[in-house]
Amino acid sequence: MNGKYRFMLAALPLAVVIGLSGFFYDRLGKDPGELPSALIGKPVPDFTLPGLDEGTPGLASADLRAGTVTVVNVFASWCAPCRIEHPMLSALAKVPKIRLVGLAYKDKPEATRAFLGELGNPYALIGADVTGRVAIDWGVYGVPETYLVSPAGEIVWKHVGPLDEAVIRGELLPRAEKLLK
Amino acid sequence: MIAELGHFALILAFVVALVQGIVPMAGAARGHGPSMKLADTAAVLQFLLVAGAFAALVHAYVTSDFSLVNVYGNSHSLKPMLYKVTGVWGNHEGSLLLWALMLTLFGAMVALFGRNLPDGFRARALAVQGLVGVGFLAFMIFTSNPFARIDPAPLEGNGLNPILQDPGLAFHPPFLYAGYVGISIAFSFAVAALIEGRVPPSWARWVRPWTLAAWSALTIGISGGSYWAYYELGWGGFWFWDPVENASLMPWLAATALLHSAIVVEKRDTLKSWTILLAILAFSLSLLGTFLVRSGVLTSVHAFASDPTRGFFILIFLLAVTGGALTLYAIRAPALKAGGLFQTVSRESSLVLNNLLLATATATVLLGTLYPLILDVLGGAKVSVGPPYYNATFMPIMVPLILALGIGPLLPWKRGSLLTALAKVKLVAALAVLGGIAIVLATTDAPVLAVLGFVLAFFLGGAVLVELAQRVQLAKLGPMGAFRRLVTLPRGAMGMSLAHFGMAVSVIGIAAATGFSQEHLGVMKAGDTVEIAGYSLTFQGVEDVPGPNYTATRGRFEVEGVGTLSPETRKFRAPPMETTEAAIHSTPIGDLYVVVGEKTGPGYATRIYWKPFVMWIWAGGIMMAFGGLVSLSDRRLRVGAPVRRAAAQAQPAE
Repeated sequence: MNGKYRFMLAALPLAVVIGLSGFFYDRLGKDPGELPSALIGKPVPDFTLPGLDEGTPGLASADLRAGTVTVVNVFASWCAPCRIEHPMLSALAKVPKIRLVGLAYKDKPEATRAFLGELGNPYALIGADVTGRVAIDWGVYGVPETYLVSPAGEIVWKHVGPLDEAVIRGELLPRAEKLLK
Repeated sequence: MIAELGHFALILAFVVALVQGIVPMAGAARGHGPSMKLADTAAVLQFLLVAGAFAALVHAYVTSDFSLVNVYGNSHSLKPMLYKVTGVWGNHEGSLLLWALMLTLFGAMVALFGRNLPDGFRARALAVQGLVGVGFLAFMIFTSNPFARIDPAPLEGNGLNPILQDPGLAFHPPFLYAGYVGISIAFSFAVAALIEGRVPPSWARWVRPWTLAAWSALTIGISGGSYWAYYELGWGGFWFWDPVENASLMPWLAATALLHSAIVVEKRDTLKSWTILLAILAFSLSLLGTFLVRSGVLTSVHAFASDPTRGFFILIFLLAVTGGALTLYAIRAPALKAGGLFQTVSRESSLVLNNLLLATATATVLLGTLYPLILDVLGGAKVSVGPPYYNATFMPIMVPLILALGIGPLLPWKRGSLLTALAKVKLVAALAVLGGIAIVLATTDAPVLAVLGFVLAFFLGGAVLVELAQRVQLAKLGPMGAFRRLVTLPRGAMGMSLAHFGMAVSVIGIAAATGFSQEHLGVMKAGDTVEIAGYSLTFQGVEDVPGPNYTATRGRFEVEGVGTLSPETRKFRAPPMETTEAAIHSTPIGDLYVVVGEKTGPGYATRIYWKPFVMWIWAGGIMMAFGGLVSLSDRRLRVGAPVRRAAAQAQPAE
């Protein structure tokens, strides 16, 4: 074995370690639990949901193609993290040109009404998905979940778990702004 | 006040570590005696300071001082005393402090008991040890201070994760850490040897006791962790191929390889470059485990609260330690001279084969652990790598490894004959196959892999006995004479036989528990009876029982001929969580494992398992660790034994 070859062989472990470190560096600060959605880039699934009581409008796929940027928030009165993210949603509802709509997941309409009565209703429209069928079409993994939908009704982004300021400022709003342009 | 003293001690330890890392290294380069001697003093002082800091943190936990963020976040005044103490290392900061404590303890032991090492070598090794300490202490002081205060102090703490409130948690992490950190000695010795540019055969003798001690501790830690998962997680499984389990298995595999290749370096003065590389990699894999657990780059049930800043710090540290050592390796290793030659069939070559297989196994586990991460970076899909991967890759490597384990010790050094060795084990091999056939006939639907496991284990156990019989000359001296020889056998040889036999015992446990377990899952009402593996269990209903910091729903099962089994589901108040406490009736031939769950309709969800020979898994682990300790007590290797090079070379022919 000549000298150069021996050196290359001896340097191989070092090269592997440096390569692996590059991978690790890339992953730092990212959430390995982040779940991709098969629906990203696809049009919203077709659905029609009733409102929380007679007379209130429900939510349907047509509402999401109405030409505005829409944030669809899947929530339930029985879900504790939904309570935690509620102030964030109230703040988000005040952002101009973004419409926030809700999907009440596997919840009795009266329980949803009580929940919103207590905390305030940030949603422009709410669909009551009592059986959870529509949520299956959306690929809902667990409540709360939030989707960003383009004016043309295409799902652009999805977040699993409660929204916090970092997610809204760092991920949701920049994407929404891009859609508004 | 005491916490501030602890914090101060930690900072002092950091400064001492800096001195220990720099001055003796420079002293050794210039042959300046007093600078080299400083390494010993610094190592002991650094240990005392870290021990002081550790004692201060334990004090804070014992007195429930919630003005410390760490205590507030992880303890609770109602927690039993044992868990207040073990809670110290049940969190990120505290476990780092335990790491540092172990690291400095090993350093101090080298300083105190390593008098037989040449001064320059000891100074360099301790300096490297000091630099590793610098990294850990800086990590703690700058990103993970266990003594950080909160003001105003809360009245009550958040409590420790209930899953961790268990005696198993109390004892397995310290062993694991002792193992991870013990390997740092092999690492420091390897780097010191690279700096000196030569690896004498005596190097292997110096490094062996430390590696043995670390390996034994790691073996106990892994066995303990596996047993903890078995009885605490309530599924009756004993190994989940979780990234954190893998993080402990990889250094173990590498350390096992190191132990074996060091023998070749010592006896035959060859395989040096490879052995040095193994020493570096074994410790790097320990650090990698620390990184994976604490940086949040992988999902794992064991993960500590992750923080990118910490992750970045450990990554830099990992790169400095591993990268630095490997750079030195790349420069110096090509110049290391290979020594004695050996034939294709010999003890050496069987140890090389062992090393190749263990290294491949390590790489396999590493690939499986990191694959999801690498694929994610490359923009591929989200995947998780589970048991099917390891069954398909790791298991096939174990088959030739176990065969080599049986045959290798029967081969002579330098040159052997495979036929002669095989002739010695042909009876054993035949009996092992017969045993496998007997199992197939005695059971229905025996899984092929499990039967193969039994056959391999029988073969290995038999081969170990054959080797031992040959060593004590059973055939020539008769039982009494052989027994007298057995008592006076070198401890190293005894240790090897014990460890190899322990491996056979573990393999039986794994094969039986994975291949032949029985289970009954279902809703049971009071009065229902289930028959499993010859036991008859009658469910008597449940009652609520208050515990110190939880309420338990305790089920009662009357088992004919055994008595009552009382599994529990515990609802903890702080933090609100549920744990299952399985009721386990352990016997040498198997465990009856009962779990009671939620109320479901008219009855309760219950899980009843029969896990044949499952205790053998851990019994084998304990045997392996004990084998390591017996080997450690070998006079030739005993830590602190006076230098007797002549005696070491004039060994009885083996």
